[in-house]
Amino acid sequence: MKIWGMIWREIAFRKFNFVLALLSVSAAVACLIGTLTLLRTDKAEVAKAGAGLEDAIRKITKGLGFNVIILPEDQDLNEMHLEGSLNKQMPEEYAHRLAESKIVTINHLLPTIMKKLTWPETGLPIVLYGTRGEVPIQHRDPKKPLLDTVPKGTMIIGHHVSQKLGLKEGDETTLLGHKFFLGKVHGERGNIDDATVWINLTEAQELLGMQNLIHAIQALECHCAGDRISQIRVEIARILPGTQVLERGPPALARAEARDQARQSAEDASKRREAFAAVLAPLIWVGAAVWIGFLMLGNVRERRAEIGILRAIGFRSSQILLLFLGKAFLFGILGTLLGFVVGALAGASLGEMTAGWESLQNPEVPIHFVLALGLAVALSVFASWIPALSAARQDPALVLQEE
Amino acid sequence: MSAVLELNHIAKAHDSGNGQRVQALNGVSLSVKAGDFVAVQGPSGSGKTTLLLIAGGLLAPDQGVVSIGGRDLGAMSAEGRARFRADNVGFVFQQFHLVPYLSVLHNVMTPAVATHVEDARERAEELIARFGLGDRADHPTARLSTGERQRTALARALLNQPKLLLADEPTGNLDVDNAGKVLAGLSDFAKTGGAVLLVTHDDNSATRADRVVWLKDGKQAGAPAASI
Repeated sequence: MKIWGMIWREIAFRKFNFVLALLSVSAAVACLIGTLTLLRTDKAEVAKAGAGLEDAIRKITKGLGFNVIILPEDQDLNEMHLEGSLNKQMPEEYAHRLAESKIVTINHLLPTIMKKLTWPETGLPIVLYGTRGEVPIQHRDPKKPLLDTVPKGTMIIGHHVSQKLGLKEGDETTLLGHKFFLGKVHGERGNIDDATVWINLTEAQELLGMQNLIHAIQALECHCAGDRISQIRVEIARILPGTQVLERGPPALARAEARDQARQSAEDASKRREAFAAVLAPLIWVGAAVWIGFLMLGNVRERRAEIGILRAIGFRSSQILLLFLGKAFLFGILGTLLGFVVGALAGASLGEMTAGWESLQNPEVPIHFVLALGLAVALSVFASWIPALSAARQDPALVLQEE
Repeated sequence: MSAVLELNHIAKAHDSGNGQRVQALNGVSLSVKAGDFVAVQGPSGSGKTTLLLIAGGLLAPDQGVVSIGGRDLGAMSAEGRARFRADNVGFVFQQFHLVPYLSVLHNVMTPAVATHVEDARERAEELIARFGLGDRADHPTARLSTGERQRTALARALLNQPKLLLADEPTGNLDVDNAGKVLAGLSDFAKTGGAVLLVTHDDNSATRADRVVWLKDGKQAGAPAASI
C-alpha cells in the first residue's frame, strides 16, 4: 500500500466530505466554463447578427439602387428614369480599367446591360438585364459578391414576368431564339425588378449584338457622402473619359453609420456581460476556495488522532501534507471534469446554440479545459494548503496525550 | 548487552492549564537493553505517559538525553526523528489509534508507507495470523472487538521489526483474556531480542515484565508498600 492508496481509501470512507469539495470545484469550473462558453457564443451571435445586418443592408441597398452608376457621357438620363432602359454603350473593358486603377472611393463593380425590349416569343415587354457578377478590385482584398452571377444558359425572372407567362422555377423557355433554364423566380419587390429578366452578361451581349460592350457600370458602397460625389466624378473622368457619373440611392454614410451603430450596440451589450462575468466568476472562485478550506479544516480536525498515530509511526510532515493535498488534487481534477461538462452544456444552452456538443467541438475548448484544470487544481490545493499544513505541523504528543 | 533505550536525567515541565508549570518528570534515568521487558508504574499524573512519549522522540525533554540504539534523539531534526521512529520504534496505545478507513491488513501495513519494509504484505499477513486475526484481515476496524483492535495495533507496531516497543496502557481497555494475549505478544517480542517499555498502572500487567520502574511526582521511587 502506498500513500495514494491511503488517499483513495479515505475518500471512499468519507465520501460526503469529498463530494462536497468536488461539487465546490465543479461549481467554480462550471461557472467559469459556462461564462466563457456563453461569451463565446455571444460573440459569435454578435458577429452573426452583425453579418446578417450587413447583408440585409447590402440587399436593401441593392434594391434601392446602386450608389453610383457610370454611364456613357451621351446617355440620356431621362430614358433611364422614364423607361428603365439604357441605349448608349461603352466598352466592357472600362470595368476592368476601373478595377485595376487605384480608386479608393468605389467598391463592388458590376458591368451591366439594361435594355427594355419586347420578349419576341411571348410579346411581353421586359427589361433585359445582363450581368456577369462582380469585377474584383485589384488593390483590395476580395469582398463578398453583391449579386450572384447568373450562370450561362440560366435565366432569372421577376415576379410580374412569372405571373404573366406562367413560368416557374425549373421550366425551360426561349428568349430571342436562345433556350434558357429558369433558375429562379424572384418574389414580388414592387419595383422595376418585377418586370426584369436577368441573364448572363456574355449571353446578353450576344443576343443584343453588343459583344464586349455594356450599358453601365454599377458600383455599391462608394464613399460618396456629402460633396464627395464631385471628387468621385473627377476621379472617374480621369480614368474613364467620355463617361458620366450619377449618384443613386440613399447616402452611403448614413447606411454605414446605422450599420456601425447596430454593431456597436451589440458589442456594448456583449461587453456589459463580460464585465459582469469578470466580477461574478472570481467571486464564485473565492467562495469555492473558502468553502473548500472549511471542508478541509473539518477533515483535518476529524483526523487528528489518525495524524497523531501516523506521525508516531514515523510519517514525515511531507507525507502528512501529501495525504491532504493529494486528496485536494483529486477533487480538483474530478471537479474539473464534472464542472467542465456541466458548464459547457449550460453555457451552450443559455447561448442558444443548436446543441451542447457543438460548443464542445469549438477549437477553444481544449484551451479552456487546460485553463480550467490548472485553475481548479490550483484552487483546490491552495484552499487546502493551510489545513494541510496545520495537519503536517500537528504535535503528535499533544494528540496522543489528549487521548 | 548494549542498551537499546537510554534515558539520562530527563526533566520535563508543562503548563497545568491554569498558568502554573507542573514538573512532569524530574531527573529520571532509565536503561532498557535488548531482550528487556521493563514496566513503568505509578499513579495518575506521575509522568508515565510523558516518559514514554519522550522515549519515543515524540516529546522533547527540557533537560537530559534520550538515545535509542546509541543515537541521540535530541541531535536529530523533527523529520529525522520521524524517519528514525519509522525504522526503529513501535507504539501501542490504550486507545489503539487504528486508521478507521483501512482494513486490518492495511492498518498493519501502515508503517510500510512511512518507511521501506521488506516483504511488507507477507510480514503483515504473518503477524495477523500470529495474533489470531487471520479471518479478519479484510475487515474494517470498526467491526473488530476491542481485543482484536489492540492485537491489530500490536501487529502494526511490530511490522517494521523495531528495536524498541513502547506500550502505553495497552491492556487498559481489555478483558483478562485479551490482555493476556497482548502481554504475551509484548513478552514474545522481548524474548526475540526486542526491548519493551510498558507503561501501566495495572499490577497484573507489570508482573509480566522483567523489571518495574516506579514513578511518583515525576521522580523515580521505590515500589509502594502495597505492591511489595
